[in-house]
Amino acid sequence: MPIQILMPALSPTMTEGKIAKWLKKEGDAVESGDVLAEIETDKATMEVEAVDEGTLGKIVVAEGTEGVPVNQVIALILEDGEDASALDGAAEAPAPAAKPAPTPVAEPAPAPATPVAPSAPTATETRIIASPLAGRIIASPLARRIATERGIDLAAINGSGPKGRIVKSDVESAAPGAVSSAAPAATPPVASLNVGDPLLGTMPELEAVPNSSMRKVIAQRLTESAREVPHFNISMDVEIDTLLDTRKRLNANEGGDFKISVNDFIIKACALALLRIPAANASYTEEATLLYKRADISVAVAIDGGLITPVVRDAANKGLAAISGEIKTLAGRAKAGQLQPEEYQGGTFTISNLGMFGVKSFTSIINPPQGAILSVGAGEQRAIVKSGALSIATVMSLSLAVDHRCIDGATAAAFIKELKGILEEPLQFML
Amino acid sequence: MADNSFDAIIIGGGPGGYVAAIRGAQLGLKVCVVEKQHLGGICLNWGCIPTKALLRTAEIFHNMKHAEDYGLSAKTVSFDLKKVVERSRGVSAQLSQGVGYLLKKNKVTVIDGEAKLNGPGKVTVSKDGKALPSLSAKHVIVASGARPRALPGIEPDGKLVWTYFEALVPDKMPKKLLVIGSGAIGIEFASFYRTMGAEVTVVEVLPQILPAEDAEIAALACKQFEKQGITVITSAKVTKLNKSKTSVVAMVEDDKGKSAEIKVDRVISAVGVVGNIENIGLETTKAKTDRGCIVVDEFSRTAEPGLYAIGDVAGPPMLAHKAEHEGVICIEKIAGLSPHPMNKGQIPGCTYCHPQIASVGLTEAKAKEQGFEVKVGRFPFLANGKAIALGEPDGLVKTIFDKKTGQLLGAHMVGAEVTELIQGFVVAMGLETTEEELMHTIFPHPTLSEMMHESVLDAFGRAIHI
Repeated sequence: MPIQILMPALSPTMTEGKIAKWLKKEGDAVESGDVLAEIETDKATMEVEAVDEGTLGKIVVAEGTEGVPVNQVIALILEDGEDASALDGAAEAPAPAAKPAPTPVAEPAPAPATPVAPSAPTATETRIIASPLAGRIIASPLARRIATERGIDLAAINGSGPKGRIVKSDVESAAPGAVSSAAPAATPPVASLNVGDPLLGTMPELEAVPNSSMRKVIAQRLTESAREVPHFNISMDVEIDTLLDTRKRLNANEGGDFKISVNDFIIKACALALLRIPAANASYTEEATLLYKRADISVAVAIDGGLITPVVRDAANKGLAAISGEIKTLAGRAKAGQLQPEEYQGGTFTISNLGMFGVKSFTSIINPPQGAILSVGAGEQRAIVKSGALSIATVMSLSLAVDHRCIDGATAAAFIKELKGILEEPLQFML
Repeated sequence: MADNSFDAIIIGGGPGGYVAAIRGAQLGLKVCVVEKQHLGGICLNWGCIPTKALLRTAEIFHNMKHAEDYGLSAKTVSFDLKKVVERSRGVSAQLSQGVGYLLKKNKVTVIDGEAKLNGPGKVTVSKDGKALPSLSAKHVIVASGARPRALPGIEPDGKLVWTYFEALVPDKMPKKLLVIGSGAIGIEFASFYRTMGAEVTVVEVLPQILPAEDAEIAALACKQFEKQGITVITSAKVTKLNKSKTSVVAMVEDDKGKSAEIKVDRVISAVGVVGNIENIGLETTKAKTDRGCIVVDEFSRTAEPGLYAIGDVAGPPMLAHKAEHEGVICIEKIAGLSPHPMNKGQIPGCTYCHPQIASVGLTEAKAKEQGFEVKVGRFPFLANGKAIALGEPDGLVKTIFDKKTGQLLGAHMVGAEVTELIQGFVVAMGLETTEEELMHTIFPHPTLSEMMHESVLDAFGRAIHI
């Protein structure tokens, strides 16, 4: 049957968009990588690329149509050998539902710049990629350079130039809130800082370290999350002796060019558990709860002057060695301040691990728009009671904070139970 | 009886006025232009255009005299001044007619007469002392232009002491000429008359000729002028002119108080221009003036609602292209569009002497004064293939970048055809390119424009051909 092209979600909060322009006509041959259309959202214009080959059989939603819901069929591609008669009825969206989608509203992508996962389960796999390069922000080269230097996010700036083009003066007058979280800002120390609080007058001698852009972003986002998101915390102990043993044997593998850490296991385990309990892989928006079909795991990395969360995409489908290598590269780049936005934006779930400091357990603040964050404590030998007898095991405490608006207590519990199961029986990594 | 009420009345049909009128008509406004003399204004009739015609004559004359350098022979090269002037006037007449045609095509009402404001929204018009029907409009734009400034002691008399009006229509070639003032107008006339054979002295009150230009460029130009035989006296002023019947003795005093006498046949006073703010009824409105110009905001609005001023009368820089741009912004605002205010830091300036001078943006000195840490690129004509082939090896392309951001702060050029080159940098600046985009731009070979590329490369230590 014809391949359905669906309205992609270009950001986690996008629920509808406008077909700005069709770049292919009905009857045009389509090759993988061809730009089919330009989609406009309130934030940006993005290009939709074809992944499949064939002929553009039918444009279902005309150019200029606004308010097209995410996931609606916008065009049909005929595969080789198919003729136009195959188009009949193929445009009914969402396609014959194999499972009832609650509302065909949002098919979220983790971030504007990440590939959009396929959605409606059709006989033919439908894939659309919102090209990362196509997140076109119209800005002058000088504005771009100044924004990069100052760590300002152009997407957050309204351009004053022709057709909203962002020019130098727009960047220079940009509000501090428009700062991207990647900003390793080099704010020069201020000699005398007006800290403003009279109570500080009673404090001992102090040094006022001016807030870097990163610090401001951290402050703003965490405050917002703590204030807006109802956090619900649960915790569970996990015995990891088997896991440690597995790890040892893997790392002892001669010729293996890797050194897998416990954290790498946790990344993969979380991704597997999220796919098994999809309700935990979620974001809350006003209109809909977004359930991600892929687990992209953000990993908190402490860097000079703050922290950043590089993302391991689709960790469930990556091997431990691959994850380990990726994390090593990403963390290195993070510490060097070289991460690109697409490398730290758009995860679906975050892991924060303070085990290396000997912390037994802690809770974290959720990183919106994600719906959950896992706090990992140290693995330590503890006395446990098993079948009425005291024994020793290496135990690690996990705490999970979830956004209670979209993840219920039972879902959180099911997820952490699943996670525990995987970690305690590493053979499950093979599945 | 004709309908004398308009959406906009424009007083003055110079480059500011007629361009605003056409743009207004395009936007569906009912527009009227009142012009007392020539459509096209000073620019077209007594400024930019006729001087370019004269300078073209001078250029060809110069080349003919140097025919041998190109393997040609032109033994007895001479000129007929009357025909030279006729050609220049002909060019102006042709273009002035063209403006008339453009206005007609756009259905702009043109009234031949002298306009005067008569309170808000009202304009009276007279022709040769006789009153014409009064006009009214919701919006009135003053585009009355400017006229030569007269300094005490050296007032032009139209016979021995000229302004550009007389200098454009000489009846005979002066043997000795004194040019007071070395701005674009003074230098262009100095260049023309020198090339045509006059002995020319230029006196400038400031330490540098072409005071608005980058010091390095001005110094290079000065050297060329002196090589051509022009005497340049800077940091000096003409304090007095003693006129006899056919000649003038000028007292020139330097900044140390030392005086000298220069005897010449003619004097050109080119000490700047002042806005035409008198006799236009400005006193019947709330509009304010400052130093000979009408005070306006970024959309050319005066203190009187519905009254606007554009071009020279609205203040410096007094350039036709500034007036045109201002006119468009002003009328678009009137028509309810949202035009962008002009960025006065990106108005190019061109002087058509030989060698030509063109610039945009900050000079090196100004850039440093404003606290920029600069990167400066230079590329000489001598290292450019096309310049050598043209036989024009004298000149320089200088670019100034902000070291921190790579912003192109200024571009300054002296040499052949640079007035046609500068627009490349103006576009680059307007689009806010950095050095990177300029470096990635392909410049055609062989052209003078390659020097623009090389100058940019040089600012970052990457020039190829030097």
